[in-house]
Amino acid sequence: MAKAPRVGLFATCLVDAMRPSVGFATAKLLEDAGCIVEVPVGQTCCGQPAYNNGDRETARAMARKLIDLFKNYDYVVAPSGSCAGMLHAHYPALLADDPNYAALALSLSQRSYELVSFLVRVMKVETTHAALAETVTYHDSCSGLRELAIKDEPRLLLQKVEGLDLKELSAAEECCGFGGTFCVKYPEISTKMVDDKLADIESTGAATVLGGDLGCLMNIAGRLKRKGKAVKVRHVAEVLSGMLGGPAIGEERS
Amino acid sequence: MRSRPGGIKSNSHAAMADPVLREALAKLKTGFQAKRKIAAANLPEFEALRDQARDMKRAVLKDLDSYLEIFETKVQEQGGQVHWASSDQEARDIVLAICRQAKAKLVAKGKSMISEEIALNPWLERHGFEVVETDLGEYIIQLRAEPPSHIIAPAIHLSRHQVAAAFRSRHKELDDKRQLSEPRQLLDEARAILRQKFLAADVGITGANFLVAETGSFVLVTNEGNGDLTQTLPRVHIVLASIEKVVPTLEAASLLTRLLARSATGQEMTSYTTVTTGPKRAGDLDGPEEFHIVLLDNGRTAMLGGPFEDMLRCIRCAACINHCPVYGAIGGHAYASFYCGPMGSVLTPALAGLEEWSDMPDASSLCGRCEQVCPVRIPLPRMLRSWRERAFERKITSATTRFGLGVWGAVAKRPWLYRLLVDLGMPVLKLLAGKKGSLSSLPLAGGWTASRDLPAPEGRSFVTQWAEYKKGARQ
Repeated sequence: MAKAPRVGLFATCLVDAMRPSVGFATAKLLEDAGCIVEVPVGQTCCGQPAYNNGDRETARAMARKLIDLFKNYDYVVAPSGSCAGMLHAHYPALLADDPNYAALALSLSQRSYELVSFLVRVMKVETTHAALAETVTYHDSCSGLRELAIKDEPRLLLQKVEGLDLKELSAAEECCGFGGTFCVKYPEISTKMVDDKLADIESTGAATVLGGDLGCLMNIAGRLKRKGKAVKVRHVAEVLSGMLGGPAIGEERS
Repeated sequence: MRSRPGGIKSNSHAAMADPVLREALAKLKTGFQAKRKIAAANLPEFEALRDQARDMKRAVLKDLDSYLEIFETKVQEQGGQVHWASSDQEARDIVLAICRQAKAKLVAKGKSMISEEIALNPWLERHGFEVVETDLGEYIIQLRAEPPSHIIAPAIHLSRHQVAAAFRSRHKELDDKRQLSEPRQLLDEARAILRQKFLAADVGITGANFLVAETGSFVLVTNEGNGDLTQTLPRVHIVLASIEKVVPTLEAASLLTRLLARSATGQEMTSYTTVTTGPKRAGDLDGPEEFHIVLLDNGRTAMLGGPFEDMLRCIRCAACINHCPVYGAIGGHAYASFYCGPMGSVLTPALAGLEEWSDMPDASSLCGRCEQVCPVRIPLPRMLRSWRERAFERKITSATTRFGLGVWGAVAKRPWLYRLLVDLGMPVLKLLAGKKGSLSSLPLAGGWTASRDLPAPEGRSFVTQWAEYKKGARQ
C-alpha cells in the first residue's frame, strides 16, 4: 500500500468499559498491519440499545455524533461485528431521510469494518506471529456473520497461530442468546440459548472459546463461570495480537 | 380476535420446564434444519430461485387487486363461487352459511392456518356441526383440544407416547390390547377412524398454498393426501385462503412449489401437489358438486404500501420458525398466537393489534437467521424492529425498558459524562469482584446475574488508558 491508512479505532462501549485490553490488542494488530491508529476521545456507543428497542430518535442522535467524530478517517475499525454492522448496515437506512447526514452515513458505512475482516480484506494480512498451544473453538456472532458475512477471515488467521488447534462447534452459526438487551429482558430464554451454546462448546473439548464480539463472549463467559466450568473465553484479537498476559474474560486474577 | 392466554415471558417459563417439549424441539436441528440445508445445497439454482420468488411476489403485491379480480372471474367461469371476507367474523359467517345451506352434519377439514386465524372450529361446533381435522397432526391436537404449536407440524410438541394416550382416551372402540408404540401403528389407527369421516362428511374445508389467477385454480400441497380426500369426497368443498396467496400463473406457482418443500421439510416436493380448478364437471369421476372459495383480508390490505408489506410474500414454509433459536427454546404454544416464531411475530401484531401482542416482536435476539433462510427473502429482523419502534412511539414498551433507555441515552449522548462514569465506576466494579474476576450479583443487574456471573471490568476505560499511553510515549 502506497500510504499508511489513517484508521479511527472505534473501541465500542463494551470494550471501552469492560475490556480495554481488547482495545489495545486491536490497536496493535492495526499498527502491525501498517495502519496509523487514532482513538477519538469523544466516542461512546454506536446506539444499538436504542435502535433495537425502537427508540429511533436517540439512535439517530447517536449515529450523527459518531459520524461527525469519525468523518476524517480513511477507515473506521471496531473489534465487533455487531457494532461495525450497525455502522455499516444500519446507519444509512437510519439516516436516509436526514438531508444533512444521509450522504455522510453512506460514506461512513463504506469506510466501516469489523477488525478481523478489515485485516484480511483491506490490509491483506495473511499471517500472524502469535502462538497459543491450545485447542480452541470459535463462535460466529450473529451480526458479523449475517450482516457482514464474516466467516472465513478469523479462521484464516487463527490457523496461522502457532500451536493452535481449531475445533469447530456443531452449531457455530446459532445465536448464543446475548442479543443486546434481549438477554436481560428475556433472561430465561436467553439462558436456555446460552446453555445450548455451552453444551456445544464442551463437546469440542476446547480449552478456550474465541469470538469477535464482547457481548456474546461476556454472555458465554458469565454462564460458564456460574456453572463452574473451566473453559476460558477470549476475544479473537487477544489471541491474534499475542496479548494474552491478563486473565481471560471473567477469569480469576492471579 | 380471541383473548390471549398469557404472554411469552410467563408462558415460556412453563414451556422450558417441560422435558417432552425440550426433547421434541431439540430435534429441529437434526431434522428440519439439516434437511433444508441438504435440499438447498442439492439445487444449484436455489439462491437464484429465491430472488425470482421475491421479485415475483413483490410484483404481485403491487397489483394485488387486479390479480384477485382475474382470479375471481376465472373461478366463476369454472362454476365456483368466490366470497370476500374482510374480517375473521365475516369469514366465519360465510362458512357457517354454506354449511347450513348444505344441511351438513359433519365437516371434514384439511390443514389450514387460516382456519386457526379465524378460530373456525369452535364457531362451527358452537353452531352444532361436528368438525373433524384430517391432517394427522391436526387430528391429534384436536383430540387433545390444543392449538397447533407449529404452522406445518402442528403436533411437533408431542411425544409418540402422548399421541397413543390421546387415541386411547378418545377412540371409544379401541381395543386396550392393541399396540400403539410405533408410528406405523398410530397412523393405521388414525387412518381407520378418518376414513369413515371422509366418507360421511357433507362439507370438506381445506386451505390453499397458492391461488392461480390465470386459471382460477388453487394449489394444495400435503404429505398425507388427506387434503385431496377432503376436497374430493364431500359434496361441498370450501377453500379458505388469504388474499396474498394469489400468483399470476401456473409457472409462478411452480416456482414457489420448488422453494416451499425444500425450505420447509427439506423435501424436493411434498408427496402430493394437487392443482384443482372448480367443482366436478360432467364426465369427471369425482369432485365436489359445489366449490366455494373464501378470500380473507383480515388486516392484510392495510399492510400494503407500509413497512410490513414484505410480510405478505410469506409462503408459510416455516423455515424461519425451524431456525429460530427462541422458538427452539420455548416452542409454539408459548407465543399464544395462531402464528408463532419470526413470521408470527411480525404478522400477528399486524392482524390482531400491537397493544396485546407487542411482546412477540420484542422477544427476539434479532440474530437474523430467519431472514437468512426465508425462501422469499422477507427482512424479518427489520420488521421486528419496525414493530418495536411503533411500540416505543405509542408507549407500549415497558416502563422499565423506557426508563433504562432514557438513563443510558442521557449518558451515552454526553461523552464527558459517559467517560467520567465509566472511569469512576469500572474500577469500583473491579474492586468489588476482587480476585474472583467476576460478580455473582449486582444491584439493578438481576436480569443478567440471575443466571450468569458478570465478568469484571479491567479498570478505567480504554479511551482514557490509550490517551495516557500515547502521552507517555510522546514524553
